[in-house]
Amino acid sequence: MSNNQPSDKFNKDVIQKIANLARLRLSPEEANEFSEQLSKIIIHFDEISNIDTQGIEPLITPSEIEYSTREDVAKQNFKAEDMVANAPEKQGNLFKVPPVV
Amino acid sequence: MDLLTASMSETRKAIAEKKISAAEVTKYFLNRAEKLNPSLNAFIKLNPDCVKQAENIDQKIAKGENVGVLAGVPFGIKDLLCTKGIETTAASKMLTGFVPPYDSTVVARLKNAGATIVGKLNLDEFAMGSSNESSFHGVCRNPWNPEYVPGGSSGGSASAQASRLVMGTIGTDTGGSIRQPSSFCGVVGIKPTYGRVSRYGIVAFASSLDQAGPMVSSVQDAALTLEVIAGQDELDGTTSAKPVEAFSKNLSADLKGKKIGIVKEYHNSELVHPDIRKTYEQALETLKSLGAEFVEVSIPLTKYAVSMYYLISASEASSNLARYDGVKYGYRSDFKDLSGLPLDEFYAQTRAEGFGKEVKRRIILGTFCLSSGYFDAYYNKACQVRRLLRNQYDEAFAKCDAIISPVSTTPTFKIGTRVYDPLKMYLNDIFTTSTNLAGLPGMSVPFGLTSDGLPIGIQLTGHHFQEQKILNVAYALEQNSPVKGKTPSVY
Repeated sequence: MSNNQPSDKFNKDVIQKIANLARLRLSPEEANEFSEQLSKIIIHFDEISNIDTQGIEPLITPSEIEYSTREDVAKQNFKAEDMVANAPEKQGNLFKVPPVV
Repeated sequence: MDLLTASMSETRKAIAEKKISAAEVTKYFLNRAEKLNPSLNAFIKLNPDCVKQAENIDQKIAKGENVGVLAGVPFGIKDLLCTKGIETTAASKMLTGFVPPYDSTVVARLKNAGATIVGKLNLDEFAMGSSNESSFHGVCRNPWNPEYVPGGSSGGSASAQASRLVMGTIGTDTGGSIRQPSSFCGVVGIKPTYGRVSRYGIVAFASSLDQAGPMVSSVQDAALTLEVIAGQDELDGTTSAKPVEAFSKNLSADLKGKKIGIVKEYHNSELVHPDIRKTYEQALETLKSLGAEFVEVSIPLTKYAVSMYYLISASEASSNLARYDGVKYGYRSDFKDLSGLPLDEFYAQTRAEGFGKEVKRRIILGTFCLSSGYFDAYYNKACQVRRLLRNQYDEAFAKCDAIISPVSTTPTFKIGTRVYDPLKMYLNDIFTTSTNLAGLPGMSVPFGLTSDGLPIGIQLTGHHFQEQKILNVAYALEQNSPVKGKTPSVY
């Protein structure tokens, strides 16, 4: 496969589908560029597919420390005004968004 | 006292004994940062209020009250850590203008110990990169030669520390982002064991890999800073309850009989730049002369570490970055009218405008790896191999106290010369990423210069929660370093 022919796994249609899942608009140039680059990366990843991992529990966090629990006590650390202070648009203490229903 | 070379504990002692005031010390560094930052772009934002923090320390001392172990010591903080009342951007347009209502635990602990916060340091956008070139706030420069990158993602921390714009800095490390810039700028940087330092209030990149740590001028300062920021935090359930040792008091340069692991798979790596190889070999000779013993260890899966790393970190990033939706904080596209605007369009346009290219690339890769039909083949498979990698490290550390290696395959490079090349990217991070995957502590200590006079560090990796062991080896190397006392010309 030449560098200019991305694998099917990462053709432009797949990239656009993935971008929709990620709620991310891509320009046609970005889609093209990512299609080519990510195809190469995925080919590189394929090297690990041959490693025998049968019966191996995936390691999703590295140190597997013993998690401690604590009482679930309600605390009020922040005021509502503090929490909406950074909102791009707000009305009183409410976030302003497009219609969702 | 020369503030450009003084250690943190010397400075703290002088302040406590009223030989110099905390305000004088902090003003000195704030002025220095104001003067030198325009040419380095290490700081995204300075915090003039740090002088008030310092004055409070002086008042406490005047009243005879106890002050912390970092009383009056000025710090710069990577702009990935939330600072109450100080804008925190992650070097992204997406978070420009975001003023956190709380401190990250690391910053809260530094402040409790009396440190003053001089400002927020530059980085690659959302810590994704290794040259600081993807920052929304512009590239940061290496004080050893401003045409060169400081490394990344904690490039601002390394640049500010190497030019002593502050006494200490904090960086974060997901795949090498403390160690590589520390190497490129000639400072001491340590990435602690996963779970040693709280991630609360740190803008998340890849939650199972991220750790914050000190990037400072000496091993002693690194040990002291780590003591302050480490330890269990009820606000981060992944922090360990293990007691934090007195790392700085326990420092020992006695290496007699200490076993240093040399990774068989790294040893004859042809990828390594000749100047780095020379520095590495010099470090081995030094360790030998100090009485250390060498043990060959084998970690064959390190060969796949970079593949695993990019897959896992991109997957976690795509999930973590889903929170940037233009609703609660940060950037929102300039919509004239929200009524009638489809919600998906609202998100997609905001995110398209708010994120830079490198961030988008990783979101796409990560979303793909986690998507239906690919999850098992990519994300899950990588996590399985990740366990096997950690097992190999466990076997290696049964035979040695610390592993020595280069930090990166190349020294710092000229700004704008590294175009995006996935394969090159793999090669560069080969020595650092496996440490994060296995959750191990790792550090970089300055030990050489290239033929062009640019810094080279040596990496030490330890077993889980064995920071003391790698700090001790680094301490011994530091005292015998061929570049001891060498500083960039901005001094």
